[in-house]
Amino acid sequence: MAVRPVGDGRGRGPGGGTVRKVGVIGAGMTLFRRRLQETPKELCYEAARMALDSAGLDLADVNMVVSGSAPDAFDGVHMKGEYFLDGCGGYRKPYTRVYTGGGTGVFSTIAGWWHVASGLADVVLVVNEEKMSSCQPHPQSVFANIWDPILDRPLKPNLVWIFAMEMNRYMTVHKVRKEDIALVAVKNKRNAVEHPCAQLADPNITVDDVLRSEVMAWPVQRLDISPPSDGAAAVVLASEDFIRRRKIRDRAWISGVGWAIDSTMWTDRDLYFPEYVARAAKMAYKMAKIDAPRRQIDFAEPYDPFDYKELHHLEGLLLADKGEAPILTREGVTQRDGKLPVCPSGGLLGVGNPIAATLGMKIGELFWQLTGQAGGRQIPHEVHTGVSQAWGDLMQYGCVVVMKA
Amino acid sequence: MTVRNTKWPGVELSAADLHEGKVTSTRFRPDAKYAWSAGEAMSRFLEELQAGRLIGRTCGKCERILFPPRMFCEECFRPTDEWTYVRDTGTIETFSVSYLDKDAKRITEPILVGVVSLDGASPKMGMMHYFGEMTKDDIHIGMRVKAVWKAPEDRRGSVLDIEYFRPVREGES
Repeated sequence: MAVRPVGDGRGRGPGGGTVRKVGVIGAGMTLFRRRLQETPKELCYEAARMALDSAGLDLADVNMVVSGSAPDAFDGVHMKGEYFLDGCGGYRKPYTRVYTGGGTGVFSTIAGWWHVASGLADVVLVVNEEKMSSCQPHPQSVFANIWDPILDRPLKPNLVWIFAMEMNRYMTVHKVRKEDIALVAVKNKRNAVEHPCAQLADPNITVDDVLRSEVMAWPVQRLDISPPSDGAAAVVLASEDFIRRRKIRDRAWISGVGWAIDSTMWTDRDLYFPEYVARAAKMAYKMAKIDAPRRQIDFAEPYDPFDYKELHHLEGLLLADKGEAPILTREGVTQRDGKLPVCPSGGLLGVGNPIAATLGMKIGELFWQLTGQAGGRQIPHEVHTGVSQAWGDLMQYGCVVVMKA
Repeated sequence: MTVRNTKWPGVELSAADLHEGKVTSTRFRPDAKYAWSAGEAMSRFLEELQAGRLIGRTCGKCERILFPPRMFCEECFRPTDEWTYVRDTGTIETFSVSYLDKDAKRITEPILVGVVSLDGASPKMGMMHYFGEMTKDDIHIGMRVKAVWKAPEDRRGSVLDIEYFRPVREGES
């Protein structure tokens, strides 16, 4: 059976209306580190400047700016989007900050996409920033405020509990071994060795290291988790007309976008499967003319703040059957040189997790891979279509972007 | 661009740089306090907790018994219909053995915590709570548990009016 080609995003949008074709034409990011000296504004500037330089553009070419950042409480500055807007190149322009928790790393590009796809803008600069080190003694203390004040907070929950409870449910329902989950951390931390911005790359890490690391909230151990980080990342989006007119050669087309959120009543649903990711993926795939994702998608950058999350999300993205992602991982399918490379960037586990700035490994990596600029991380075989996904809020939010060369 | 780019911006700091004043920095401690009105559904829920009971709401359209209770059904998008008690027994849906407190500080005696789906509510509907009278080796998904309530005079109208859920004993339903 012939597989139909993946769409380039031109044509009908999810609502049936006409949308323009949008390309990613530049990307940039700072180092990701536990603590960086630069202010949020300075980090935004560095990433934005790099993205513009890589696209060969200047701020005057940019019609509109979208920024993304996670809770204001990390920085301790409300209206964080306004606070760092100068660094995003946003002043005296139509400027919007978006926030969908951990999903912001991919969602800000979706917001940028609709600015261009609708015809409102020809060029949009998307800048994401996170500075988690400012919050003392640990960003956990403000993270805890995402819990329901009446039902959950009296129990003094730690954020890691979310992941521990979801991971345990996933492992138990599918009878997944911890060794198979640890393989994800090993793969991503090794992949990150080739990433110049990586915070926690480790060429020698083994499954044993992960399984022997400190138990934080069982089944979650220290090396199952991505680290808190400081950093910023940016991408430039442009219309097909602009890309033609300016003869821009390095571009990757946004084929499809999708997002969905589930109820905050998280104790009322089975945590073993991320239904919200599946809904977001189906929306994006429909737009991208993808009806056989496993045959039409060449590589993936799912959100991997925890190792089991990569597996959970691969299943939500319909790139593995329920419970099959650990098997694909064990068989090497998801290695950089495997049949379906997953997190060739090194992901959040290897490069770091400055929440919204993970844009650099999700959208940024798709752009670099699809334009052959990923250097030592380049997937050794030819790839035409990639998918990136992010996740956030109270185990409830998913967003998906499909891109093609 | 990663192939073309040779310089990646960012100056790394150590914890000492920040905490021992080796870099210029400034500090601020917010003093924010909140008082939340519990709303219609949660007010009744908390009053019932103080009385030693768990209560839900029914939706006559989808025929679910919703727990925790709410005044509208998010599925049918219409008002819920009636108050109904659910039991204080249930099944562990998932759990964690936590060596972290709320500030990510390490603790040696682990907290057993998880989600209990409650008998009498629709399937999979429940609440997060602690577990007790069991060890980290006993606890498992599917385990039948029952609430241990604080003494009536110690209850405050809070989820903490339940101390924890313990294993259901032989002879108990």
